[in-house]
Amino acid sequence: MNSIDPGTLFFAAIFTNNILLTNFLGLCPYIAISRDLRAASGLGVAVVFVMSCTAVLNHLIYYHVLLPYGLEHFRFIVFIIVIASFVQLVEMTVERYFPALYVVLGIFLPLITVNCAILGASLFMVIREYTVVQAAVYGAGSGIGWMMAISLVGAIREKLEKSGNLPRGLEGPAITLLITGMLSLAFIAFSGMIQIQ
Amino acid sequence: MPAPPPNREIIRNGFWAENPIFRHTLGICSTLAVTNVVANTLVMDAGLIFTMALSSLTVSLLRGVTPTRIRMMVQMLVIASYVIIVDIMIRAHLPDISEALGPYVGLIITNCIVMGRCEAFARSNPPLPSFVDGLATALGFSSVLLVIALVRETLGFGSVLGFRVMPAGFTPWTIMIMAPGAFFVLGLLVWAVRARFPQVFAAPGKR
Repeated sequence: MNSIDPGTLFFAAIFTNNILLTNFLGLCPYIAISRDLRAASGLGVAVVFVMSCTAVLNHLIYYHVLLPYGLEHFRFIVFIIVIASFVQLVEMTVERYFPALYVVLGIFLPLITVNCAILGASLFMVIREYTVVQAAVYGAGSGIGWMMAISLVGAIREKLEKSGNLPRGLEGPAITLLITGMLSLAFIAFSGMIQIQ
Repeated sequence: MPAPPPNREIIRNGFWAENPIFRHTLGICSTLAVTNVVANTLVMDAGLIFTMALSSLTVSLLRGVTPTRIRMMVQMLVIASYVIIVDIMIRAHLPDISEALGPYVGLIITNCIVMGRCEAFARSNPPLPSFVDGLATALGFSSVLLVIALVRETLGFGSVLGFRVMPAGFTPWTIMIMAPGAFFVLGLLVWAVRARFPQVFAAPGKR
């Protein structure tokens, strides 16, 4: 059992242990979708929701099904299936009952299945032995941290595109990675506040 | 079905022209994290090469019997099975490194490149070329990560594989072993390669 206070964990997941800037997770959609702020924040919202829910779901399945039957080696497969089916379910529900929201979020939802940050949050939760409350808080915090990072970089890239006069080869992924490095550096400044393991 | 390209061309493409990192900047999530030390990177690379070559082969063998609608799910299960094998092997034989790699071995499953090659190549090509394609792409990918790891360990610890290479008076650049170091090194590397070979990696970022 991990005895960290859920409130502390929430802020730590956003700032000091940001899943993107310190754990490198969810980089692929981050680089591909961060060309403007609107798309970036849309994807961010979807990630926050899916990550919070799947962390709890996977926690319940891991401790109530996999562990009692000694199947913990299959957690990779089980987690990924849970995430894929959950995303599918959300997509269908949103499409059916909230068409307006579907227009905004629809195209982002399928992308989430292969977002490593979602699976990563579930795996960290197992390794660090979080309780179900901690898992929920950690999932939500990580999602918000991820959304913050992608929105920040989306806004910066949008600005850069307008002023843009980048040297050859630097446009696209290269400049995004360098900006991310600086953001990551800035977030290290928070690390004196809280440390979680 | 068009004939698959010759193996030489597949290898050249996978290793260089279609190099997942320089070309698409995909699949770096789970692997960039372990590039602070060369030893960890080598183990992770071996796991990735194993997973990628064999899942391409398996997906290709199953291509006749996989219904198109559920192929993503099938590919994911194939990849996940190989990753479980890798995880168990590393845990059994290299417990220290397994501890250091933490959740990142499991995250090979969501490495976009593995699934990307299954989807783009193995799904519509015979087993042998698919195997070669998976192997070549994984090698191209791994070698870039190895370069990053070499830079980071040399500057961050002053050593390579634990052996001291920098002079005694060298002050380690702590930033290199922290997260920003990885972003900076990869960003500069992508920039350098794309600026040097614009005709190979033309029109970047226009997706």
